[in-house]
Amino acid sequence: MSIYFTKEHEWVKVNGNRGIVGISDHAAHELGDITFVELPQVGKTVKQFGILGAIESVKAASDIFAPVSGNIVKVNDSLDTKPEAVNESAEAEGWMAELEISDAAELSNLMNQDQYNDYLKTL
Amino acid sequence: MQLIYEQSVAGRRGIKLPASDVPSAVALPASLLRAGSADLPEVSELDLVRHFTNLSRRNFSVDTNFYPLGSCTMKYNAKVLENASALFAGCHPMTALLPGGADFCQGTLGMLHDLGEMLADITGMDEVTTQPLAGAHGEMTGIMLISAYHAAKGNKAKKKYVVVPDSSHGTNPASAAIAGYEIITVPTAPYGDMNLELFKAAMSDEVAAVMMTCPNTLGLFNPHIKEISDIAHSHDALMYYDGANLNAIMGKVKPGDVGFDVVHVNLHKTFGTPHGGGGPGSGPVGVKKSLIPFLPQPRIVMNDNGVLQLETANGVSIGRTANFFGNFGVMAKAYAYIIMLGREGLITVSEQAVLNANYIKEKLKGYYDLPYDMTCMHECVFSASRQLEHGVHAIDIAKFLIDRGYHPPTVYFPMIVKEAIMIEPTETESKATMDAFIEVMIEAAKTAETDPQALLDAPLTMPISRLDETRAAREQNVCCNS
Amino acid sequence: MNDSHYCPHTPEEIAEMLSVIGVSSVEELFAPIPSELRAKNFNIPAGMSEFETFDSMKALADENGQGIVNFIGGGFYDHIIPAVVDHLSGRSEFYTAYTPYQPECSQGTLQALFEYQTAICRLTGLDVSNASLYDGGTACAEAAMMALRVTGRNKIVVDGCVSPFSRQILKTYLFNLDVEIIELAPVDGMLGRKELAEVLDSSVAAVLVQNPNFFGSIEDFTIIADQVHAAGALLIGSVYPIALGILKSPAEMGVDIAVGDGQSLGNPLSFGGPSFGFIAAKKSFIRNMPGRIIGETADRNGKRGYVLTLQAREQHIKRHKATSNICSNQGLCALRGLIFLSATGKQGLVDLALLNRDKAEYAKNQIATLPGVTVLQSASTFNEFTVRLPKPAGFVVAALLQHGIAAGVPLGEYYEGSENCLVITVTEKRTKKEIDQLVKELGVALCN
Repeated sequence: MSIYFTKEHEWVKVNGNRGIVGISDHAAHELGDITFVELPQVGKTVKQFGILGAIESVKAASDIFAPVSGNIVKVNDSLDTKPEAVNESAEAEGWMAELEISDAAELSNLMNQDQYNDYLKTL
Repeated sequence: MQLIYEQSVAGRRGIKLPASDVPSAVALPASLLRAGSADLPEVSELDLVRHFTNLSRRNFSVDTNFYPLGSCTMKYNAKVLENASALFAGCHPMTALLPGGADFCQGTLGMLHDLGEMLADITGMDEVTTQPLAGAHGEMTGIMLISAYHAAKGNKAKKKYVVVPDSSHGTNPASAAIAGYEIITVPTAPYGDMNLELFKAAMSDEVAAVMMTCPNTLGLFNPHIKEISDIAHSHDALMYYDGANLNAIMGKVKPGDVGFDVVHVNLHKTFGTPHGGGGPGSGPVGVKKSLIPFLPQPRIVMNDNGVLQLETANGVSIGRTANFFGNFGVMAKAYAYIIMLGREGLITVSEQAVLNANYIKEKLKGYYDLPYDMTCMHECVFSASRQLEHGVHAIDIAKFLIDRGYHPPTVYFPMIVKEAIMIEPTETESKATMDAFIEVMIEAAKTAETDPQALLDAPLTMPISRLDETRAAREQNVCCNS
Repeated sequence: MNDSHYCPHTPEEIAEMLSVIGVSSVEELFAPIPSELRAKNFNIPAGMSEFETFDSMKALADENGQGIVNFIGGGFYDHIIPAVVDHLSGRSEFYTAYTPYQPECSQGTLQALFEYQTAICRLTGLDVSNASLYDGGTACAEAAMMALRVTGRNKIVVDGCVSPFSRQILKTYLFNLDVEIIELAPVDGMLGRKELAEVLDSSVAAVLVQNPNFFGSIEDFTIIADQVHAAGALLIGSVYPIALGILKSPAEMGVDIAVGDGQSLGNPLSFGGPSFGFIAAKKSFIRNMPGRIIGETADRNGKRGYVLTLQAREQHIKRHKATSNICSNQGLCALRGLIFLSATGKQGLVDLALLNRDKAEYAKNQIATLPGVTVLQSASTFNEFTVRLPKPAGFVVAALLQHGIAAGVPLGEYYEGSENCLVITVTEKRTKKEIDQLVKELGVALCN
């Protein structure tokens, strides 16, 4: 299983034709205490870098963008009642959606872990 | 403090109603009635009076504290305005809409008409509608007027965008969105105004309007404003003036003279009406001649005999944005304010508002970063970035000020300034008050270096310490369930 | 240069401040404004003292003529206002504060608005309320936009019995938003239930109804709510808060979003404003609510306190994606509403509602005895009812105005073919004597 990142700080963990999506630890830290995660509906099709959902903290609201195109097959409903999971474990328990990747070639538009770490140093 | 509901005692009454002088009606069918009465407080009049009096004492207010909340113009609210407004308490708005009813409303309609004319003079517009109920409501009304203007020219489909600078109030893009527009945001240049080159690049014939606050939210007057409106007009885009900062320029410059086509005025800011703990405000909208046909209805018009009447249908009006004639009670106060201060008084207001802001700016710029260091208008914007090096944020300085009896300035706005502290003293504050405030601001800056924790712990003198806003947002407990 | 006594500086202080700034005159501070743009004229008249100001205002008020006895409503009602409402809302710690951005020094406003939200929830029976909107008409429009967001649909069905002002505001608000509005023609002053069933389908976001409606009819929308929900739409109910003292609550009917105008709760007529709009909804819609919301939380020591919450919905954070553009609301008017409801209290509001209905029923029965006059609706009514006169209502109203009576609102302007219909409002403030006088004068006008 490999992980890729966007410049907007979303990640996707790829396993076969499935990808699990969330936001990075860095993004979660920047947002502060997260109070709400708006998840997409299962069955919805998303485009790479199109809007997948939204995330709110006390004083900020941001869109979540899809790292790859695909069809949403599962969402992390537990975030409805426990949005703080994103703060506590952004890259594991705080995952947001699972999708069926429609074009694996798009992964080449993303950064791997090392590239993302380097990218963070430039911010 | 207990909630009023927690003080309820079953069966206790706080009021005696007039006795009935008519027979009791036949009861309504049970299917139309509620199962049980609404669980409202059951308190005596004295309980009630103590409760709300004690609540009021838990507020900072202009009458009790210096309140330099930037962008909000928290000037002193003259008490005679309250008395003047109360004179009209019994006037029913429907009276004016009855056949022959306008004859019984010549005083109230006349006041609205005259207020409109005075606001038109102050802003350089041709006609004013008093219907919008607040600044943002005025923005929405104004952008709808612009939309109607473009539609009448057959350009509704073509005009898709409204341009705003990134320093704008959030209400500007939010209002334009309700009027159906997409937003183009233009960044601010290092000189503190909308980047002119990027503005030119953003403009096209698809732009319906450009919304500007002038002076802007950094407190700076845009010297290129005429050039910006000329460019906008060359694309048949109209210029919208957000009047939030009108307090700086009365009698000095008229928005209409520099190319603005539509303005809204915040009566609760510039014209001395109280802010009410969040409202009511009032946001009359002025327009140039070409937009008059689209103004909301009912529109007050004077007939050939000098009698005021209501125009209720003209076919092209945007319709109605509020029930009647706007927040009349607020407008009565603003009207009284304008006639009381008069021409010279209003000019003095703007001059001393600008004087006071520059004085504070000059006195504090050695202690706080001033990202745009130039002559400001009625407010100045600092950054707490220097204090941040010691782990102190703008919000911590705000809380320190509370302990010293000052309502904090606006913090974190405009968003383009990191750790923004936006100070608007207004013209009604004395030098002594400002000097004392300046001392405390300097003390805060020094404490940030010597004892940052003291700022992080503030406030300590209030009935409560800092509140957990995350918990409030997660639990969403917005109504008492006990 | 000191021409306003509200600007306190002495010439010496001004000189001192100018020298700190490093300029020689106040005028120099206006140098950033290009000289060619400066105002060429400024024609506001010379100022005056507060005493002369008050006299000028008094003269304007007097131009309206002597007091008229009101039998008009149309959304604004002439109700009693207990003295405590003026006195407590007149505490300047309340009215000279602004939006409570800094909670530690704004607990007075915040707790009061939390109590206000609670009162609105209890009146409507719904779970959540915001801290006020502008007025009842704009609240209808905000509720409709809320329903569009919640359902993702783009059609609003409006009962033609909803106030024509609210309907017009709704049209103005939604005009540019690619939303279809379907208006149902009233049937004998009531919702056309068959007509509603015909248009209700899966494209409808919400149905807007009013109770009591503009004709004064009381309806039970419980069955309608079921039908609306079956279509996946929301039911928005505009309600009259005084009537909620006795009438079935929005929640009991299955209404999803309740709105209304709070003028009748302790706010004077004041020629149409300021009043306030209220909005309450089921809890699941809270993130789609417009405007400020106050929430309970705790401070660092665990002490209860109140803050502005869910601000990420609002324009200052979400800008063009906000749930509404509203910033200033009608907070002080909402506070008046809370004080009014606390003074009348649980039983007082019931008694007040019953008193309104008793007076109106008496008037209705008397007027119905006039020759050629019939009551329009078969439905029950609260404190307003509609009569059909043997003459154009506008003529009758104009005639009675000359006798100092505003007899009602003629419907001809708002409903085609209703030229002879008149909506008459009778609140608790109207005495039997005034009602009898109305009946007498109506009788005279109808004979002439």
